[in-house]
Amino acid sequence: MASKVQEIVEKYRRDKGQLVPILQDIQTEYCYLPKAALEEAAKLLDIPISRVYGVATFFKAFSLTPQGRHLVRVCLGTACQVRGAPRLLDRTAEALKLAPGETSPDMRFTLSTVNCLGCCALGPVMVVDKKYHSNPSTSELQRIVEAAK
Amino acid sequence: MSVNVLPRISSPEELESLRRDILSRRDPNRPLITVCGGTGCQTYGGSDVYQAFVQEVKKQGLEAGVGVKATGCHGFCERGVLVIIFPQDILYQRVKVEDVPEVVAETIVKGNIIDRLLYVDPATKKRHTKELDVPFYARQHRLLLEGNTRIDPTSIEDYLAIGGYAALPKALFHMKPEQIIDEVKRSGLRGRGGGGFPTGQKWQSTRKAHGDIKYVICNCDEGDPGAFMDRSLMEGNPHSALEGMIIGAFAIGSHLGYVYIRHEYPMAVENVTTAIKQAEELGLLGDNILGSGFNFRITVVRGGGAFVCGESTALMASLEGKVGEPRAKYVHTSEKGLYDRPSNLNNVETWANVPQIILKGADWFNKIGTKGSKGTKIFSLVGKVNNTGLIEVPMGMTLREIVYGIGGGIRGGKKFKAVQTGGPSGGFIPESLLDLPVDFDELTRVGSMMGSGAMIVTDENTCMVDMARYFVSFLQEESCGKCLPCREGLKRMLQILTDITKGNGRDEDIQLLERIADTLQDTSLCALGSTAANPVLTTIRYFRDEYEAHIKEKRCPAGVCKDLITYSIIDEKCPGCGLCVEPCPTKAIKFVAKRKPVILDQKLCIKCGTCYDLCKMKAIAVK
Repeated sequence: MASKVQEIVEKYRRDKGQLVPILQDIQTEYCYLPKAALEEAAKLLDIPISRVYGVATFFKAFSLTPQGRHLVRVCLGTACQVRGAPRLLDRTAEALKLAPGETSPDMRFTLSTVNCLGCCALGPVMVVDKKYHSNPSTSELQRIVEAAK
Repeated sequence: MSVNVLPRISSPEELESLRRDILSRRDPNRPLITVCGGTGCQTYGGSDVYQAFVQEVKKQGLEAGVGVKATGCHGFCERGVLVIIFPQDILYQRVKVEDVPEVVAETIVKGNIIDRLLYVDPATKKRHTKELDVPFYARQHRLLLEGNTRIDPTSIEDYLAIGGYAALPKALFHMKPEQIIDEVKRSGLRGRGGGGFPTGQKWQSTRKAHGDIKYVICNCDEGDPGAFMDRSLMEGNPHSALEGMIIGAFAIGSHLGYVYIRHEYPMAVENVTTAIKQAEELGLLGDNILGSGFNFRITVVRGGGAFVCGESTALMASLEGKVGEPRAKYVHTSEKGLYDRPSNLNNVETWANVPQIILKGADWFNKIGTKGSKGTKIFSLVGKVNNTGLIEVPMGMTLREIVYGIGGGIRGGKKFKAVQTGGPSGGFIPESLLDLPVDFDELTRVGSMMGSGAMIVTDENTCMVDMARYFVSFLQEESCGKCLPCREGLKRMLQILTDITKGNGRDEDIQLLERIADTLQDTSLCALGSTAANPVLTTIRYFRDEYEAHIKEKRCPAGVCKDLITYSIIDEKCPGCGLCVEPCPTKAIKFVAKRKPVILDQKLCIKCGTCYDLCKMKAIAVK
């Protein structure tokens, strides 16, 4: 892990100002921010681990726990909210047998909510990995879940 | 994709000759199929439709004579996938992969119109062939979004072909920096990101500020839920914002710019990165731009995802690799911003307006709009209207014209309740104010704000107390926690609002909410906190009766708040069709027999409302 983190940090020329993109790259690599990687990054950038931890917990994009292979995100933005996003979230949680924020024990899915995906005209929307779905019904949800192995 | 490798350009004359060359290679009468590649249409399978057109044109041996292009967002997301066929300007909507062979064989080859794919106006039942005849488009004034339907966002040639990068040489060679600032000031352009601060004035103070190094920043963080105008511009026409930034940087005296983009917008990141590379290769960015001696570079930075980063000082902290906390603005960012150096921040839409102002002049621009707000504004018209999508209208158009004229009224014949503008920091505007002309000052006057331009329409089934709770819950989660009024005030407001929606409201709660709201407005450090009271105050101001129904009668008039409602089957209306049985997530509805009403088990019902939405016979009652 140390060499991978070093590679990422070097890519940004050990620039402390690039902490956010560095953490984004680490997250892309491991699908979350492992503790050891954060410590390594802090050492290489010569900044206290507290600052790295602060940034890692402040922004929504980062996760300190391992994520499932498939990321299911339900949009709770205003436009989706008025068109029934809470119901879509209930249905999705039911279909995945997960509460928002949880990851399935077999590491297949992580269910999370997001504040806006920017395709408000089709609300309520959800995204599975990179594919958007506009208000899927209970049976469509079943198909989507089964398709993602 | 641009196929030709373009030569580096080192003078305005070479740029014009390249433009003439590109145009000479293009026949305006050549049939061209453009497929919307915006996120909305992608959801409906836009990229499959695009691929199908490419294949079909090849299959019918028409590659030489017919062009196919994937463009940015056309705006009418409700009707995706959208396809426009040039030169006739035919708009086909809800196009599916299966329709593609017929479109090519009939419309492209024979010139016949396929009636089935045309837009039918639900009000007049009239079919419209041309894009601009469709009421959704006819009432708009698309200065910025026009480009989105015409160009491939990954092709700088396309941008040049519609007159792009014509303002840049004018600014660099025929205007002094002061003249540019003066022109932008006279145009009356105000920041489209929310604050509405006069853009020219901001540029001037950054120019005047002391320091050798100055920054210009383009904000594409767009944390406002319900807004996607910056996303669509950046995805569909990234060069327009870049050209504005280069002109702004020249006027301000900056040599380094940043584009700060939400990480949830991967296509925007990709397209602007491609656009920067193309502009650099062509000599429109980098050292000695167009041979003028002016140097300017742009770096793309992905945001970490935090609503508070819409606040300029928080965004700059995040750019420095720190936690995105705002600071008090005793000293403006135009003097001490990023790395304590003079910094000028505008959002995508503001930057995209600049090239047209420089090219066509301040007098042209300031004829559009109202006394205090000039030009056009892009809104995302979403929620419970028939025609959802992205619209661009002149400032001062009434809410009624927007909701009913362009939006086509409320879905399902329901009754209009309110429009929410300005995102979580904005407010709700009731029916009595539908004739309000929409501009910066009018929206503020009625207790809301322009924000970045989200316009969320709600109907009789939207509970205003629940919406206030929703926004406060969003804001308390996004509050950075630095100052006390915002950190604690929002938490307490959320507690009170949650109690009310659960039927535990007390008589004095409304007054208490108003008191906390006043404190937030007066004492918060940044705009997140000081405007956080708007959704609460406007719902109390215009929908007090709904608060009172929740508190005094323990009743939710809109039928939303779960603890205050029950669902039941109206036996006389239920035909026993069973449509609601399978979708019920808890299997609470039992099928009895055809023509016998279904039975709802109250013990299993989780009040999710799925059956209510599905029932065509209106046989589900909410009380």
